[in-house]
Amino acid sequence: MELQAAKMIGAGLACIALAGAGNGIGIVFGSYLQGALRNPGAAASQTTNLLLGFALCEATGLYGLVIALIILFT
Amino acid sequence: MALNPMEQFEVKPIVPLHIGPWDVSFTNQSLFMCLVVATVALFLVIAMSKRRLVPSRAQSMAEMSYEFVAGMIRSTTGDDGLVFFPFVFSIFMFVLLSNFLGLIPGAFTVTSQIIVTLALAGLVMLTVVVTGFIVHGIGFLKLFVPKAPWYLLILLVPIEVISFLTRLVSLSVRLFANMLAGHTMLAVFASFVIALGAAGGILAYLSFTPMFMIVFIGALEMLVAFLQAYVFAILTCIYLNEALHLHEHH
Repeated sequence: MELQAAKMIGAGLACIALAGAGNGIGIVFGSYLQGALRNPGAAASQTTNLLLGFALCEATGLYGLVIALIILFT
Repeated sequence: MALNPMEQFEVKPIVPLHIGPWDVSFTNQSLFMCLVVATVALFLVIAMSKRRLVPSRAQSMAEMSYEFVAGMIRSTTGDDGLVFFPFVFSIFMFVLLSNFLGLIPGAFTVTSQIIVTLALAGLVMLTVVVTGFIVHGIGFLKLFVPKAPWYLLILLVPIEVISFLTRLVSLSVRLFANMLAGHTMLAVFASFVIALGAAGGILAYLSFTPMFMIVFIGALEMLVAFLQAYVFAILTCIYLNEALHLHEHH
């Protein structure tokens, strides 16, 4: 298989990481919603953790993008 | 067509300068960095020029951004972390403004270059390590030794050290990848508009439909711009808290 074709396949495979990112973001927001609906008074104090958790989860998915770019362009 | 989305990230020199073997030309990246710093400085100076007790709109915006960052530092690091307020405020405003200015069509996003985010993250980690060693001396290394029985520590200490060292990578790559992905998506949808328009016939009439996605993604990108600046700043505060108070709970 030529190198360019293998690079394309590798970049495509690196995007499987997005499945984990989507899963994780859903879990983060879902748990926040569950907790907020049980205890609405405590919901506001956890928005910091919510946004932090979301960004860290999203970042892990984006590492897959970085690997895909490294595969494609070097 | 595939080259177009990445063309917006090219660094082009505007005023070519060379000092010896080094290329120190004034590029479009330097221009936008100067623009970001000038915007933040001018906004803060002009907004606070008349210091009224009951703030005007601009003054209350400047005070809100101050309170936002100060509250963030107080809640994560406690009051002795306020020493780092200028540092965290500068980082937050720089990242926020460079993310936002990049959303203007035709502008260059400074934080979409890995070297810029690596420099910022390197600055943060350097501050954390130097602060830790100044405040705690060699006892700073106790950060890597959590409370655990000795047979777990053999595994835990290398894991802790590696996770500390990868903070530099994760901090820089998170900001870089978010900005890169967002702007690439905008450029890809823009190329769809052009491609549909050039296809002619019935498709030319549908060429406006990717515009709706561009508007939606533009709105999402504004949220991501603010969120990524906020996350960068709050992670800086959390790492500084770990350097200042090793693992104490307050």
